[in-house]
Amino acid sequence: MPINSRLNESGLDQKDAQSIYRYMLLARSISEKSWLLTRQGRVLFSMPCDGQEAADVASAYALDTVTDFIVPYARSLGAMLVKGMTTQEVMLNMFGKAADPNSGGRQMPMHWGHKQLGIISMGSSVGTTIPRASGVALASKLRGQNAVTMVYFGEGSASEGDFHEGLGFAGVHRLPVVFFCNNNGWATSVPVSLQNAEPQVAKRAQGYGFPGVTVDGSDPLAIYQAVKAAVHRARSGGGPTLVEANTIRMMPHSSSDDHLRYRTQEDLENERKLDPIPLFRDFLITTGILDETSDQELQEFVDLEVEEAIELADAAPSAAAETAFNGVYAP
Amino acid sequence: MSEKRFIDAIRDGLREEMAADAAVFLIGQDIGVNGGVFRVTDGLLEKFEAGRIIDSPLAESGMVGVAIGAAMNGMRPVVEIQFADFIFPAFNQVVSEAARMYYRTNGDFTVPMVIRAPYGGGARGGLYHSQSVEAYFAHVPGLKVVVPSNPHDAKGLLKSAIRDDNPVLFFEHKLAYNTVRGEISDGDYTVPIGEAVVSREGQHISLISYGLSVHHCLEAAETLSAEGISCEVVDLRTVRPLDTVTILESVKKTGRVCIVHEDNLTGGVGAEVAAIIAKDGFEFLDAPVQRVAAPDVPSFPYNPGLEDVLLPGPTDIVRAAKELAAY
Ligand SMILES: Cc1ncc(C[n+]2csc(CCOP(=O)(O)OP(=O)(O)O)c2C)c(N)n1
Repeated sequence: MPINSRLNESGLDQKDAQSIYRYMLLARSISEKSWLLTRQGRVLFSMPCDGQEAADVASAYALDTVTDFIVPYARSLGAMLVKGMTTQEVMLNMFGKAADPNSGGRQMPMHWGHKQLGIISMGSSVGTTIPRASGVALASKLRGQNAVTMVYFGEGSASEGDFHEGLGFAGVHRLPVVFFCNNNGWATSVPVSLQNAEPQVAKRAQGYGFPGVTVDGSDPLAIYQAVKAAVHRARSGGGPTLVEANTIRMMPHSSSDDHLRYRTQEDLENERKLDPIPLFRDFLITTGILDETSDQELQEFVDLEVEEAIELADAAPSAAAETAFNGVYAP
Repeated sequence: MSEKRFIDAIRDGLREEMAADAAVFLIGQDIGVNGGVFRVTDGLLEKFEAGRIIDSPLAESGMVGVAIGAAMNGMRPVVEIQFADFIFPAFNQVVSEAARMYYRTNGDFTVPMVIRAPYGGGARGGLYHSQSVEAYFAHVPGLKVVVPSNPHDAKGLLKSAIRDDNPVLFFEHKLAYNTVRGEISDGDYTVPIGEAVVSREGQHISLISYGLSVHHCLEAAETLSAEGISCEVVDLRTVRPLDTVTILESVKKTGRVCIVHEDNLTGGVGAEVAAIIAKDGFEFLDAPVQRVAAPDVPSFPYNPGLEDVLLPGPTDIVRAAKELAAY
């Protein structure tokens, strides 16, 4: 298919494509710099999203970013940015400072939650978010909210019982929810082949009575299209969809992990060919949506934004130690 | 005032709260057409529009997970776990998610959810339809745990629980449903969570309890009064947070304490109450604190003879109280 018509077919215009690209660059810049901050000991923990920016950004781009809900997981940085979290807020979160809107420094970095932005809080216990998303969607249905809920998780987390229970409930009640599985092939050091004899998570949707689709996780247009269709289905009363993006994990599981203990350099280099950022950049340049100079400028602009946010967040105050006792119960 | 059974009080509480607030909905197994296996929700399905009473799939973690999500999006779910024994699949959702949501989001999100569950032995339900599970949850900051003993408190506390912005576990003794009756105030009233009540005044010994065991204490107190031993019965009503003021006031008055619950002895609520008394009521004590509880056996066996020997009851309380009186 000619590449220009690929854009048309996806339902996105050139501005959208540029915007998606910008969010992808921003997510990568934040992820890379956060990693460096952990190496410098300035930040204590990070979960890089390098390699899955297309999946996070393009999927969230298919939502109504004001009224819809996202139930994220730790690698959903790109989706958080699309949903309206600022670079500054992300950095306050990385540094665990008082003004972090996600938790004021109570949770580890990248444990997102922001009521005003419709980002439903996640903890560390993976999978628990999946029935929670069904519950948010149930409430939308009961309250007559025209909102769609999208929940993100990895293929490893899809082995949790809560995956089964959350999808089962959503299917029965045809809830307006999209289950978005980021299948990067690894759950820390455990390959997908040890999660399930069937590596494609989307196939399980059949068992819950709704469609499941697998898309190329490095192709933002394909991801956008698949999620847009799922969101439309959800919003128009058609019920849930399980969307699975086959992505890559370019970095270790977290700043506490060394992936060379279980992956080869060769494997990592091969996977790098699927890095969504250069792939999308090539597409944008070939189609004339972007040129080398504006790409360079954009990159610099994004890096500057992140660097400024880092300095401000680093200098921002921590919550007073005594406040650790507060807020156990709502009044 | 009117006389009600325990089960009717709870049903009335649910119905009134559902009628008063469109955000309240029920989710559980067999709670719709069937009215719940204990019939607590009997007749409610016809009274409310579709979607307010949901027969859940057989999936406790999912059910509680769904309720948490709904609560985070403006609803006030009331979950029924069919038997308290089957709450464990949902333990992670309750403890890791619901309990710490408010804290971990620095006050951004609340989880106004109630989980109701019938607990307790004596119904020949064997090891998996007889347990008391309150101690697991009473340990957890962020949760409130309520165990009412009578219809008036059950209704008033249930209303408070539904209106509370925190997750509340609400345990109902299954034997109480049809056997415990009592006077109930007319109209809309609440009973505050976290306040104990003195159900019987006495001078010599404080019997501190909650749930069905309160009735065992009252029975024992009656027996003991014939022998000249005057017992005060403190009904905790809420086991988290504990009403330390009422506990200590009673200890100050009597100087002798026996804590009674049907849950296992070790690590039970009684241990916490005893620790509070040991620290802040030490100078009031005239005898060591006694506890009457189920022995450390994994729940109650099915065979009546095997169950009855383990179930703590009025006779055990009388025995412990006499030891205290003689000390
Ligand atoms: C219930 C639970 N078990 C274990 C962990 C530790 N843990 C955190 S992330 C992770 C792997 C997750 O893999 P996956 O869901 O595939 O997502 P990915 O990290 O690959 O994006 C594990 C084991 C956890 N956080 N929660």
